Parts: sequence; C-alpha cells; structure tokens
Amino acid sequence: MQNFRMNLMVCAGTGCVSNKSLKVKEALEREIKERDLQDEIQVITTGCNGFCAQGPIIVAQPDDIFYQMVTEEDIPKLVEEHFLKGRPVRELMYTPPKEEAPIPKMSDIGFFKKQQLIALSNRGLIDPEKIDEYIARGGYKALAKALTSMTPEGIIEEMKEAGLRGRGGAGFPAYRKWEATRRALGDIKYVICNCDEGDPGAFMDRSIMESDPHAVLEGMMIGARAIGSSYGFVYIRNEYPLAIQRLTTAIEQAREYGLLGEGILGTDFSFDVSIGRGAGAFVCGEATALIHSLEGKLPEPRTRPPRTAESGFMGKPTNINNVETWANVPHIIARGAKWFSSIGTETSKGTKVFSLVGKVNNTGLVEVPMGITLREIIFDIGGGIAEGKKFKAVQTGGPSGGCIPDSFLDTPVDYESLKEAGSIMGSGGMIVMDEDTCMVEVARYFLGFTQDESCGKCTPCREGTRHMLNILENITQGKGQEQDIELLLQMGEMIKETSLCGLGDSAPNPVITTIKYFRDEYEAHIREKRCPAKICKALIQYSILEDKCTGCTLCAKNCPVAAITGERKLMHVIDQEKCIKCGICQSVCKFDAVGVE
Amino acid sequence: MKLKPEDLDKISERMRAQTVLREGAGRVKITVHMGTCGIASGARDILKAFVEQKSKADMQDVILTTSGCAGLCSHEPMATIELKDEAPVKYIDLTPEKVKRIIEEHVMGGKIVADFALAIGSERVS
Repeated sequence: MQNFRMNLMVCAGTGCVSNKSLKVKEALEREIKERDLQDEIQVITTGCNGFCAQGPIIVAQPDDIFYQMVTEEDIPKLVEEHFLKGRPVRELMYTPPKEEAPIPKMSDIGFFKKQQLIALSNRGLIDPEKIDEYIARGGYKALAKALTSMTPEGIIEEMKEAGLRGRGGAGFPAYRKWEATRRALGDIKYVICNCDEGDPGAFMDRSIMESDPHAVLEGMMIGARAIGSSYGFVYIRNEYPLAIQRLTTAIEQAREYGLLGEGILGTDFSFDVSIGRGAGAFVCGEATALIHSLEGKLPEPRTRPPRTAESGFMGKPTNINNVETWANVPHIIARGAKWFSSIGTETSKGTKVFSLVGKVNNTGLVEVPMGITLREIIFDIGGGIAEGKKFKAVQTGGPSGGCIPDSFLDTPVDYESLKEAGSIMGSGGMIVMDEDTCMVEVARYFLGFTQDESCGKCTPCREGTRHMLNILENITQGKGQEQDIELLLQMGEMIKETSLCGLGDSAPNPVITTIKYFRDEYEAHIREKRCPAKICKALIQYSILEDKCTGCTLCAKNCPVAAITGERKLMHVIDQEKCIKCGICQSVCKFDAVGVE
Repeated sequence: MKLKPEDLDKISERMRAQTVLREGAGRVKITVHMGTCGIASGARDILKAFVEQKSKADMQDVILTTSGCAGLCSHEPMATIELKDEAPVKYIDLTPEKVKRIIEEHVMGGKIVADFALAIGSERVS
C-alpha cells in the first residue's frame, strides 16, 4: 500500500461536523493537491476526539500536533508552514484558559493527559468507515480468540473475572446477564445493543458508535457466542443519523469479510445483526420498553419477573447491554480479565466515559479510570469552571441523577460512592453548575423533563412527578408553602419505591438531592420569596443604579418591550410593570449599571 | 472475501506503516529540514526521494517527517536520521543518490554513512 509520510486526522464527529469540519477537510485536500503533496500526505476523517468545545479539530501525525478551531481560511498557511515546511502553526494550537503558551502535542494537553481509553481507544486514530483500519489496530482478533480458543463458558468466566458492569445505568454485572440468558430455555436467543441514549446533553454512545462502530459489533458477536445467540439488534435513535450511517457501513463491511453471516472466520459460529430505529422517547432506554418498541408495540415498560434474560424480544431469551458495555468486551477478551480488573476500584472495574458539559471550560467527552475523583474530572480535565466562577454542584447520571455539592468533590467516581452521595453513575452524563445556578430551578427543569418523558403507564410516575413539578413551579414563582419541602421529600420517596421502572425510580433524585444539599435555597424561595442565585424571574427585579448609569441609552435601545425610559446622558429607569425580566439590559450595559435584586 | 483468523494478521501487516505513523512510534525517524533555505536548495526533491525509497524498500516502521531550518543553511538540503535508542545523525548537502545510500546503509543497515554525515547528536534545548 501507499506509503504516506503524514496523516492528518480530521475530526468528523457530529460536533465538529456542525462546526464545518467537512468543509475544512475539502479545503485541506484542495490545498494539498495544489502543493503537490497528495502522494505524501493523507487526509483521514475520524470519529469524535472528545474535545468538542474546541472543534473543528485536526491532529497531525506522526508529530502528534493538535490543531483546534480550524477554519477554511487557516488551511493555506497550515499546509505551507507545517505540512510542507515542518513548522507547526502556534496560533492554531490549544492554549489552556489563563495561560499564555500554547500546547503543541495532543498527548500533553491536560484534557487528554488524565484520560485512559478503552472503549474509546480507537477514537481519532482510525477512519470508522474502513474496516481494515479497525483490523489494523487489532480489531476482530478478540473475536477470533473467542471463537477458536475459548468455550462459551470460558468467555463468561473471563467476563466475570474482569468485573465489567453495565455502562447504561444500573451497573448490573454484565456476566450475570449473559449467564442467565445462556442458561435460559429456548433455542432462539437474541442480543441487543441499547443505543437509545436519551439523557439531555449526553453523547457517549453516539460518539462511540460514530468513531468505532466495529468495536460495538465485535463485542456483540463475542457476547452472542457466549450466550448461544445468532441474531442481534442495535436499537438506535433516529436523531443519530451519522451514527446510523457509520454503523450501516460497518455492518456491510463486516458481512463482506464474512464477519457477519454463516460460518464466521471459518468456524461454526453464525451471527447477523440489524438496526432498529427508535423515535427518541426517553423511556426506550429501559430494557423492556425498548423491546416493546423493537417489536412495534407501544414503548412501555412491564413488570419483572420474568426478566428479559428469560423472556425478551418476541418472548425469547434476550440479553441487552449498552453501547459502551459492548465496546469494552473485545478489549477484555483480547487483553484478559486480569488487565481489565487492575483498572478501577474494588467494586467498579475499568473505565467510564462521561460527557462533561455545563459550566466547565473544556466541555467534551472523556474516558477516565473508575475511582478518579470528581475534582480531577472537573478541574484537571475540564479545566475548571468557565469565566472564573465558583463551582456549586455537579449532576451525574443524566436528568434523573442527583446534584452533588463541593463537599463531595474528592469522592472517587464509582457506582457505590455516587449512590452514597445520592446520585447515580447512570450512563455517564455529567453536568457542572456554577454559583449562578439556582438549584430549585435546576430541580424543576429536570423534573419537567422526566415528567414529560414519563410514559404514563404507572400511576406513581405519571401523577406523582406531575404533582411534584407543580409544587416546584409554585416555589420558583414565589408561591411556595412552608410544608412543601417535606411534601416533596415524601412524594419523592414514594415515587421511587412504587414506580414500575427505572424512569420513575430515579426521577425524584434531582429534587431529593437539591433539598438535601441546598435546603437553604428552597427556604429562601419559600420564606423570603427570594432567589439567592437571582435566576427565578418571579422573584427578581432589575433596576438601574444611579451612581453607575451614564445615560448612554444602550439598554433602552435593546429592551424588547420598551420598558426603559430616560433622556440621553441622564439616568434611565425601568418600568417594573412592563419589564419581562429577560436580562438583556444587564448583558448589554457596559458600565455594570443594571442591578438585580 | 471471507476472512480466516490468519487473514486478520495479514491485514494488520499490510496496514502497519499507517499504524506506526499514527501512533508516532517507529523504529527510525527521518526528519527533512524544510526551511526556505532547504527548499531553495532542493529539500522538496530530497523529501520526495525519501518517500519513494521508503515505499520501495517497504519500510513500515520508518517515520518520515519535516521540520524547519536546522541553522546550517549553506549545507542544505539536510536531514536528521534517528534510530530508536541511538543519537540522531545529521546529513548535509543531500542529493537523491545520497538519500538512497542513507536508506540502504544507515536506516536499513544501521551503519552511519560517514562520507556525508555532519555530526552526531542534536543541539541542546534549554
């Protein structure tokens, strides 16, 4: 094959693509041709690098130089200076907040340095649409090993020793589900990959599917071999078109190589897979609801037992794991349970992928060893709180996770510690909040989401979350009652205990934890009709400060409801009757003359 | 084509040059100095010669890269050859013929071509 001297890895994850990385790639290829470098330099599109805040991203190999926020206009200079003359271009490198010197090498950047990649180990290194590139990095060798030198029981034993727990939410040991499905009676069995990922702001599974779809397929094949299944489904939401496209390509390429179909790798193992598309209902992340949706029925959960291992898709024994869980499997089989279980904590082995979002400097996708502290994730990898503000809380586990205050920042991240703090690992959402966040409003927002997504089948979740939401709305509008806090706690516990599925079981978490850790904010809203973070519109008032206003008229010009009046060079006044509290006057004022109380 | 287990290794081997390049962990690193002085005295052709030789000799574990001017402009084109765990060697006044000898004797054979080697080692960076 052709021997290139340089590979330019252009990130083509959804984040970078929406920042025009494909246009950048075209410009790059044009310029390379212009300079007659096309036989020396190859341009590759890769999956998500994780550092989404800085996209579009290009990594130049073998130099390991990391370029960020690259535009089409930057390309001529980049090609001439670095790719031709060998002088890396400093102004396109990443400079950490509050520092002056850029960091040239990807591996030296704090965001990447503390990460440990297993599920994402091919990210940025391969073109996800080329199966040969996956194989070149050791792909499908774990499958070959599992098929030629391991028994199905041996595979399950290896998974047991590795200690891999489900990465989708509940953290149930993967081997136990596999074992139960293997033992279940029936000649037809199914494996399912859950790529429904409904948490707002979370994109772990999408990213894995976009950057390394073959890893997920290989994991499913190994699982199917262990369980005794010959057919699988990937359930993926329709809002993930790029992931669906890459997975479709991966399935086609695997079939061409005989890695899907009859007699895989010359053995007696047969397996094939098809894609089931979801319409984007949050509840479909729940195993039984997902199966109903896959069967063409209403996506509602059902009571268990029977477990899906006994009666799942079409009443047959079915094993469901999440994308990240499947993506870990080939690595465990290839490198062994001992290696895998040496990473992480006593009860939580391996790594976990988090989508780090909210008020941090480096938002993006990170994979870290279990047991790392929240502080390391938020401050070392995440680069601390944006705009120099103070940390207030972090919500782990998506909309139904709890909000953890700063006293827990040194908590090691594993299933048990997060549970103890009142939150969950969930599928890996991590939303960071700063001092300007109203915790009552946060609880209202997330409960609003889960209430909206409640399928309505069971009463506690359907009615309970609605009543809790009403109470929270009242509190944020200054109509809270003294007994509301106790009522919220009581209802929350009740809903958790009596709901049919995980949605209701976890929906009250944000409310319960914010009351536990930020009760004073609730009390301020209820007793003093005051929002300490100055967020809840019904409880705040904007006014113009006499000593700071210069009469520049900027606020009056920008007010959408013409609530501000005043002569030029004289103090302006806000008409509180007309004011809709949008805050535009405050954000446009150059003299800090708009106060909020 | 339906794969057999041993085919996986064949594919990896065929792709090894690319893997080595992306992981930045080759046995040999060749740096061609591509400052304005270097390009003016023919570094582009030297780079091309290295690319050609590298493909011809099927050197999967060799990384070929560029850098700026090495400071000795009167002796361009120049290249630095760095074998793993050995001190880097600078070659001066290169021609495509000299490139061929460097590849054969130094990169493949492990023996420094003393005829046009300038010095062993690199400047210190403090």
